[in-house]
Amino acid sequence: MNGDDACCEGALAAGCRFFAGYPITPATEVAERMSHRLPEVDGIFIQMEDEIASMAAILGGSWGGAKSMTSTSGPGFSLMMENIGLGICTETPCVVCNVQRAGPSTGLPTLVGQADMMQARWGSHGHYEIIALSPSSPQEMFDFTIEAFNLSEQYRLPVMIMADEVVGHMNERVVIPPADQIVTVERTAPTSDPAQYLPYQPDASGIAPMANFGDGYHMHVTGLTHDAKGYPTMTAEAQAWMVDRLIGKIRDNADKIISYDTMFLDDAEIVVAAYGISARSAKGAVLAGRQAGLKVGLVKLNTVWPFPEEFFSHLSTKVKALLMPEINMGQMVLELERLAQGRCQVVRITHPGGAIINPSTILAAIQDVFEETK
Amino acid sequence: MKYWRKPLDLGTIEVTRGIVRVIEGRCKGCEICVNFCSRGVLRMSDKFNRKGYHFPETIPGRECVNCRFCEAICPEFAIYSVETNGLA
Amino acid sequence: MSARQNRDPEPLHPHDELLRTDRIPHIWCSGCGIGIVFGALMSAIKKSDIPLDDIAVVSGIGCTGRMAGYIALDSFHTTHGRAIPFATGLKLARPQGNVIVASGDGDLLAIGGNHFIHAARRNIDLTVVCVNNFNYGMTGGQLAPSTPFGAKTTTTPQGSPDEPFNFCSLAAACGAVYVARWTALHIRRVTTAIGEAMNKKGFSFVEILAPCPTAFGRRNKMRRALDLLNFYYDRSVVKHGVHPDEASLDFNQRLVVGKFVDRERPTYLDSYHMVHQREIGDWPTIEHYSTMLAKEKTEA
Ligand SMILES: Cc1ncc(C[n+]2csc(CCOP(=O)(O)OP(=O)(O)O)c2C)c(N)n1
Ligand code: SF4
Ligand code: SF4
Ligand code: SF4
Ligand SMILES: [Mg+2]
Repeated sequence: MNGDDACCEGALAAGCRFFAGYPITPATEVAERMSHRLPEVDGIFIQMEDEIASMAAILGGSWGGAKSMTSTSGPGFSLMMENIGLGICTETPCVVCNVQRAGPSTGLPTLVGQADMMQARWGSHGHYEIIALSPSSPQEMFDFTIEAFNLSEQYRLPVMIMADEVVGHMNERVVIPPADQIVTVERTAPTSDPAQYLPYQPDASGIAPMANFGDGYHMHVTGLTHDAKGYPTMTAEAQAWMVDRLIGKIRDNADKIISYDTMFLDDAEIVVAAYGISARSAKGAVLAGRQAGLKVGLVKLNTVWPFPEEFFSHLSTKVKALLMPEINMGQMVLELERLAQGRCQVVRITHPGGAIINPSTILAAIQDVFEETK
Repeated sequence: MKYWRKPLDLGTIEVTRGIVRVIEGRCKGCEICVNFCSRGVLRMSDKFNRKGYHFPETIPGRECVNCRFCEAICPEFAIYSVETNGLA
Repeated sequence: MSARQNRDPEPLHPHDELLRTDRIPHIWCSGCGIGIVFGALMSAIKKSDIPLDDIAVVSGIGCTGRMAGYIALDSFHTTHGRAIPFATGLKLARPQGNVIVASGDGDLLAIGGNHFIHAARRNIDLTVVCVNNFNYGMTGGQLAPSTPFGAKTTTTPQGSPDEPFNFCSLAAACGAVYVARWTALHIRRVTTAIGEAMNKKGFSFVEILAPCPTAFGRRNKMRRALDLLNFYYDRSVVKHGVHPDEASLDFNQRLVVGKFVDRERPTYLDSYHMVHQREIGDWPTIEHYSTMLAKEKTEA
């Protein structure tokens, strides 16, 4: 099946029962498949009037107790930004799948891009942390969608799946394990007496238990800065308490959230770090480099946000260069540059979008770096 | 519900059919209750509450008919009336 | 009964049962009509037979949008204009819930206008309570889609050149099943209308003309809330059942209020289930709504 379809199946396996979306290439197939799959599992699919509404609706759906999701691309992702911020601020679990196409603006609707990576990180106003995963195959579309739901339920925030047009449209075999082998995470329900319930007071896990609409807790949920009661509190102190918590719950758990795969790191002098479709090109290039006797390794990022800071900081002390191919003019590579702090060379392999980066381009860059650093 | 007890800031004036009570501290002095009381029972007091607003009081000798219009229209939930069963 | 979460131990006022009294006094100005409508909303909720746990209030942003923050029920203060789509998700995910959207004219019908018309078209089962104070109160009194032609706001200092919407006519044209307009002075009618709207299956719309003395009144020779309320008293005419297109708001002559629409139509969820249970044939031979309704009635 293709990546978009695999994403839907992953969502359903994770327990998604509400989807609100608006058609946009190359994410439309997600909505289309959801529109026939959700009714089969007593879920609700609704095509909204735009992506602003879609994002607002899945936040409502989530507070209504349903695991909720939307999917979009380029312009639609831009429209979702304000309500993604509402989801962050109100700590609403949900999943946003962005099947990236090339921008800016309408750009190349049918062709691949990876240029929304910083928008995913910083697109809504204010300072916050997010979680974003980047699948590089239909199988990962399935697996990472489940993971995205689990992370969103555990840490109470919108989790993004930063896919791309090629992964979304690529057809590959997807192994769907039996339901009892799929691990799903559910939000923690409050156990306190409703009269004592503080909807934003974290428990021992660092996350506040979440009541759904109808559970009898009569909570107030607002996008204004709020205290543990959920009440608007217009002070710098309340702001500090809230923002620290929103950021802390991700930063403090970064080790548990972050996932990456590595190849040939033991003796690698040069490491290619990549995510999404570009990680596949990178793998091809690294394998070819090894065949040619080059000591090159690979880091494939499964989680793109939070970024594995400690890992790359450390890696930068051991290697001569870090290379990052990505279908944008240099976004995630900024993180590598920041973390390397000049301890190793950081090389950008950029592409403005519309096509994938060929393994040969990456291999050539690897070879160049070996030449230079000889 | 317990509305028969008498909080300290409640001004209570008893008339035959209803008693109108004002939670003085909540009032913002908009005068809506005074203007639209069908029986002309209310007037604005000369006193100020702690927010600095005048609040309504009953005019001696006027009868509240417990229509609860003031209760329904007050934007501050600062006035209400209760039936007196003819007790004066 | 509900948790009297962190509120005064003893109620002072009959409304305190539903008020987050620890947040009182509220932010609304002296004489602001929002408090009046909020009182009516609480009365309607109390009078309804609907369990309090099943009721949610969703607001957008604005002075009116703060209503959600004062009601001691599940309540959601969302983003500017997006209360309706948020409420749509809430309702669809929990159909047994009774979802009330309470927000301002700008919120619901300027920035949120697109959501409004589509939710009405789909007949999402929501009660939409709109406090129409003819301007953007929260931001200090700018032009709204309801500002009367010629009225002064901070962004129309010489008078508005815009033609305002007739919200009721818009709601009706988009398919709302219940449409009523009252002024804040018609407080019992407002309470009844909200109650009827809550019990109505489908998209219900209650518009309340309300004073905003601070931002709107001050610039339009109605500095006190009383001035505007007296104006309503003099000019409003009750016309039940009149076509909302005819229910004009002409400040120079009369303000038509009343219950304009009360009709039946399958809700979004009714239709969703009918379609997915294959209860209707393939288009274009799909049974008409009326047939669907008839079927529903006989089943009931
Ligand atoms: C996206 C966005 N744009 C602008 C604003 C600023 N803003 C806050 S409330 C408001 C208007 C509210 O007017 P209305 O809905 O009529 O409510 P009222 O205050 O009159 O009750 C505006 C423009 C905002 N909060 N968000
Ligand atoms: S209850 Fe009626 S008669 Fe009595 S004070 Fe209030 S408005 Fe006047
Ligand atoms: S209506 Fe309420 S706020 Fe206004 S004067 Fe009367 S008691 Fe005070
Ligand atoms: S500005 Fe207007 S709408 Fe806002 S609280 Fe004051 S009177 Fe009410
Ligand atoms: Mg307004």
